[in-house]
Amino acid sequence: MPQLPVSLQNKAHPFIEVDHFDFWYGPKQVLHDIDLAFPEKHITALIGPSGCGKTTLLRNLNRMNDLVDGISHRGDIRLDGTSLYDPKVEVISLRKRVGMVFQKYNPFPKSIYENVIFSLRVAGRNNRAQLNEVVEQSLRQAALWDEVKDKLHQSAFGLSGGQQQRLCIARAIANRPQVLLMDEPCAALDPIATLKIEELMTQLKEEFTIVIVTHNMEQARRVADLTAFFYLGKLIEYGETIPLFSNPAEVQTEAYISGRFS
Amino acid sequence: MSDAQSIAPSKQLSSKGEIKVWLTATGLNVGLFMIAGLLLLITWNGLSVFWPKSVTEFTLTNSKNAKPEKIAGIITKKQTRRSAATGQAIEEIQIFTGNRDAYGLAFRFLDQTSIASEEYPQNLLIAERSEYGKALFYPVRLELNTTQSLPATDPKFLSELNRLVREGNARREEISELETDEIGAINFRINKLDIRLRKTELTSDDRSRLEQEMVSLRSEYSQLATRSTALRDRQKLEKLVYSLSSGEERTQPVADIIQFYSPNQLTFGGRLQIFAKNVIAFLTDEPREANTEGGIFPAIFGTFVMTLLMAALVTPLGIIAAIYLHEYAKPGLMLQAIRICVNNLAGVPSIVFGVFGLGFFVYGVGGFMDRGPSTPLPERWWYLAGISAIVTLVGALLLSFNKTSGPTSKTRNLISNTLWLSATLLTLLTIAKCPYFHGFFHESLPSPTFGTGGILWASITLSLMTLPVVIVATEEALSAVPRGVREAALACGASKWQMIQRIALPGALPGVMTGIILAMARGAGEVAPLMITGVVKLAPSLPIDGIAPFIHAERKFMHLGFHIFDLGFQSPDSEAAKPMVFATTLLLIFLVVVLNLTAIQIRSHLRRRLQASAF
Repeated sequence: MPQLPVSLQNKAHPFIEVDHFDFWYGPKQVLHDIDLAFPEKHITALIGPSGCGKTTLLRNLNRMNDLVDGISHRGDIRLDGTSLYDPKVEVISLRKRVGMVFQKYNPFPKSIYENVIFSLRVAGRNNRAQLNEVVEQSLRQAALWDEVKDKLHQSAFGLSGGQQQRLCIARAIANRPQVLLMDEPCAALDPIATLKIEELMTQLKEEFTIVIVTHNMEQARRVADLTAFFYLGKLIEYGETIPLFSNPAEVQTEAYISGRFS
Repeated sequence: MSDAQSIAPSKQLSSKGEIKVWLTATGLNVGLFMIAGLLLLITWNGLSVFWPKSVTEFTLTNSKNAKPEKIAGIITKKQTRRSAATGQAIEEIQIFTGNRDAYGLAFRFLDQTSIASEEYPQNLLIAERSEYGKALFYPVRLELNTTQSLPATDPKFLSELNRLVREGNARREEISELETDEIGAINFRINKLDIRLRKTELTSDDRSRLEQEMVSLRSEYSQLATRSTALRDRQKLEKLVYSLSSGEERTQPVADIIQFYSPNQLTFGGRLQIFAKNVIAFLTDEPREANTEGGIFPAIFGTFVMTLLMAALVTPLGIIAAIYLHEYAKPGLMLQAIRICVNNLAGVPSIVFGVFGLGFFVYGVGGFMDRGPSTPLPERWWYLAGISAIVTLVGALLLSFNKTSGPTSKTRNLISNTLWLSATLLTLLTIAKCPYFHGFFHESLPSPTFGTGGILWASITLSLMTLPVVIVATEEALSAVPRGVREAALACGASKWQMIQRIALPGALPGVMTGIILAMARGAGEVAPLMITGVVKLAPSLPIDGIAPFIHAERKFMHLGFHIFDLGFQSPDSEAAKPMVFATTLLLIFLVVVLNLTAIQIRSHLRRRLQASAF
């Protein structure tokens, strides 16, 4: 049974459990016996050098990796107690519970309005009043409403990079998922836009369980409640952010966070 | 400091950029010059057909005859020919003499040496006639009826002639409306009734009612026919007597003249007016005189309808084929092989597609629609085939709907594929060999309805020919849709089909339009496959008209490309047809350009909608 870090065990509910999970791309094993739990309504950061498997793990949480040919896994991932790999689980409804924000902002070539309600449209919800409400609520939560409320029906490509990424966040939370996965959401943004997204994340964790992959150690330190350090496909260390950064238990963690390798 | 790092100019010629610019520019220029030359030649020759030119009257010296010969004509060509006897160069000119009814030919060659004098007679007229082409003549008198006549010297003569010509034109239009529209509609109904009468299973009661209807239709027909005969007789009442340059007098019904003008008295404005009139007539009239005279409206219309129908057929087919190839098919050797085949299909000679269209669509599918299957299955076997078709289809559907999005086992895939394949084959077999189906047009046999070339079959054949272009373009456009956007759609909970339908396909539309543009450009100009799948040199009626059901997909049609071929190489009077060839070519190019510009306009509109503003 995967466990939360000891300090949190009585305070939070383990919402996502990754249970001795191994993962292969074809013959190449990229995740080795990962075993950890993400607490509900907290932000967990996955850090580690490139190629350490953190993005692969993230993309397994909403089964995005299903798109790749020749994948295989062992072990299990459970979302609120239900296995993602249960034959009864439909990937589509799973992805409605687990929203995702990508490294490069990728709004659809549609209006801002249509971008936000895309997940509702594909679910067949077309009630105009309801959609309007969802658009306003999601954009407000993504701290974008005041900037775009007058041009909802203009193309999303007219926005700045940071605005586009916040639009993508609004899109990801529009159908009220339980989990929000963020794959280096600020990698393509300037420092000010990054700061806005970080502020946004601390607000969003009131409602969502957030897992973020980041290369930026400062960012992990600033926003994450917990941090997991990965190296070469293995989970090296997992714990609350502040103790992990100030007093890492493992040598590799210390080397990485002090910038000796990346 | 070593030599290699010196910044002195290199001695090597090929490292100097400018020279290669010239080389590559030469390649482009050769192409540009050829295209510009072609377009200029066609435009000049095509437009000069409509420009009214002056008429010269030549007086010829004739050694044998004491009386000199006179002939009027428009100079069309000057050339040098080598005499067979002496080997000397002889200069000669070609003139358009018109008056084919009098001279037999409309063109004549004259040796420069035989011309004694040239003049430009002011009172000479050119008349365009509904028969025998143009006449170049001096008017003598108008015979208004058997007793009254009006000499050409009368000041009222020209205005009177003008009035009669206009009246004749109005009457001719009335006759054509009567004969093609009203009599055509009645003929159509008589034919339908005839077919119903031929159905033997009618009760005698029904029969007598239909026969009564037939009698009333026939009487209506004969009334209309009498009206048209009366109008035709009326057309012959007024006659124009005119003389040729040689002095010969001829008589001509005034009503057969379409328009006339005096070519040597025209001002520039007058010429421009006649030019515009000629262009409009060319675009809107029907052809006359084995297509060498009159307009080419049916060919324009046929080309337009055929191209649009082809685009409408090829677009959905090409898009769904490309979606399967790009989004669903498993990459591997098989897919590679299919891609290569599709690409090679674009290189198959178009006549091969034509032969396939004739054999499969016209005789196969068309014949089936007309008369049902030629070798139906015995009833018991047919029921067996039908039931197994339904069973396999249901099985295949059940398997497909139950499919989870996770990886499926190989056996399951194999069973599913086998079921789909056998369901398709059995369904086709059940339809194609049904012993109870005797064709939709059984009654009108032996004359075929769909079992002969028609605009539908021609369009389908061409859409098959242009299919690879659309598939390749769509596939390329689909692969240009960024992966991030696709993943985002899936992460929002869209199914794969929803992702394709809402994100990938709209993003690929401009590229798809490019494919359609290329397909239309190729299809509109194609001739060879059309010749055997439905084009004719003169179609009696348009494929779309006012008689229900308005769209007649089985009808034969005219096509500009075929028209060019027919005029230039199949015409009884190729000299007379030559200007029409240029004019038709110009129009075909123009039509293709217009179709393409429309498609490009749509594409740029789509692009603008997709990328409202760059950042």
